[in-house]
Amino acid sequence: MSVHDITLTVNGRKVRLTVKSNELLLNVLRDRLLLTGAKYGCGIGECGACTVLHGRECVLSCFIPAVCADGWEITTAEGLSKDGKLSVVQQAYVDKAAIQCGFCTPGMVIASTALLYENPEPDEAEIKDYFRGNYCRCTGYAAMIEAVKVAAMRMKERGCDDEEL
Amino acid sequence: MNTMIIEQEFEYVKPGSLFEALDILAQTNNVKIYAGGTDLIVKLKTSGINMDAMMDINGIPELSELTASGGNGLVIGSAVKLSRIEKHPAVKSNYSALFEALMSMASVSVRNMGTLGGNLANASPAADTAGPVICYKGILELMSRSGIREVPAEDFFISSGVSAIRPDELLTRIKLPAVNKNTGAKFIKTGRVKSDIAKVSFTVVIEREGSKIKSCRAAAGSAAAKPVYLRTVSESLKGRIMTRELITETVDRIAGIIEPIDDQRTTAEYRKELIKVIAADAFSKAWSLSGGKLI
Ligand SMILES: Cc1cc2nc3c(=O)[nH]c(=O)nc-3n(C[C@H](O)[C@H](O)[C@H](O)COP(=O)(O)OP(=O)(O)OC[C@H]3O[C@@H](n4cnc5c(N)ncnc54)[C@H](O)[C@@H]3O)c2cc1C
Repeated sequence: MSVHDITLTVNGRKVRLTVKSNELLLNVLRDRLLLTGAKYGCGIGECGACTVLHGRECVLSCFIPAVCADGWEITTAEGLSKDGKLSVVQQAYVDKAAIQCGFCTPGMVIASTALLYENPEPDEAEIKDYFRGNYCRCTGYAAMIEAVKVAAMRMKERGCDDEEL
Repeated sequence: MNTMIIEQEFEYVKPGSLFEALDILAQTNNVKIYAGGTDLIVKLKTSGINMDAMMDINGIPELSELTASGGNGLVIGSAVKLSRIEKHPAVKSNYSALFEALMSMASVSVRNMGTLGGNLANASPAADTAGPVICYKGILELMSRSGIREVPAEDFFISSGVSAIRPDELLTRIKLPAVNKNTGAKFIKTGRVKSDIAKVSFTVVIEREGSKIKSCRAAAGSAAAKPVYLRTVSESLKGRIMTRELITETVDRIAGIIEPIDDQRTTAEYRKELIKVIAADAFSKAWSLSGGKLI
């Protein structure tokens, strides 16, 4: 088995780590960097609980070997708020009570953020399509769809650019 | 089975050039290629595979290129992510059946990771891009230290999980030739929910000349041990006037030819019924997209 020195930028902070070739990004984030936002759900890419941002794109940290993410900029749910203030998407989730048990929420919030980066004015069908890869066992999708709509509307009203997502 | 970790141990290598990658393939035993890992890592976790080393191909510049080629063709590097392909304007406009297949796959997150090369090289009978790549006369470029081979997509698939790639070879590029005008195409797949692995899928690309079929290529997914090009059916349609009766007759023939299996997704019998419905739908939609009227 090989070991590798890698550098990740996680939530804006650069970290250097030595990882084994079979160590997964999710486990590095949770167990070594103590960022427990991203969750272990199914482990095989079906449920989306482990979703994180790679740059501005959502990816599944449960099946990315950490060594393959060398050099990446990663954002987890913990990195969305700035100076103690929730991001537009997070605030919309709170305001729409789009959270039930909360297990899927970090992945949902990350996926919603990726959607708005890609498409600042998604319609309902586009939102639903984006949520194809994120399961909510409480089935609280209706409120989440509303939350994404509200976040998109607030961004537009404020004339925010997507840097502020 | 613990999908929280990868139990298996292996060496990790990330070549920075094509030359280096081909050397590694030639000299290392049991090396598996990692493009997006969405098939490979799942298999490592769930069934385990015989692998001593994993070679990450994301550091090889040529494999991440997506370029329009002469005469409006497209050349897609094997490490280009599915989501980048689906966003390329030429894919939506010229290769609409490939676009439809891509959009039907998995979820955005999986498409941000997975590649076209991986979908083809994995050689699943259900690989959604296989049908469109076959019907658009795609050519797969395979490279090794001993040279380059160009394999037509229809000859690439051998059986479930087995392709024409030799262990010392790398799939480097997928080439799609330009599409002639008056061409219409359709990809249809059925699953339990939209992003499911197909119960059965069907692709057709039709080139029209007046009321006649100038050429036609049809392929079926999850309908046999590999993605299949329906050669005899496709060739027999050449020069025929397109009618509703012809479609009915053709889809019955297709249902007779395919060799589906019973599995957890559905039964062989149901697949044979289902393909008639989706193939008829695909034929009529592709024909109208080519500018033809159905009589
Ligand atoms: C939740 C989920 C849903 C999915 N849904 C679908 C779906 O709807 N339709 C569908 O078709 N697929 C689906 N897939 C399967 C998978 O995402 C696709 O097949 C994807 O395109 C694989 O690409 P990859 O780059 O991730 O492949 P990898 O996992 O990196 O590679 C797959 C195989 O091909 C080999 N390989 C990869 N690149 C090369 C190369 N350049 N040369 C030689 N060999 C190579 C690898 O060694 C490996 O054996 C799904 C997967 C998941 C996890």
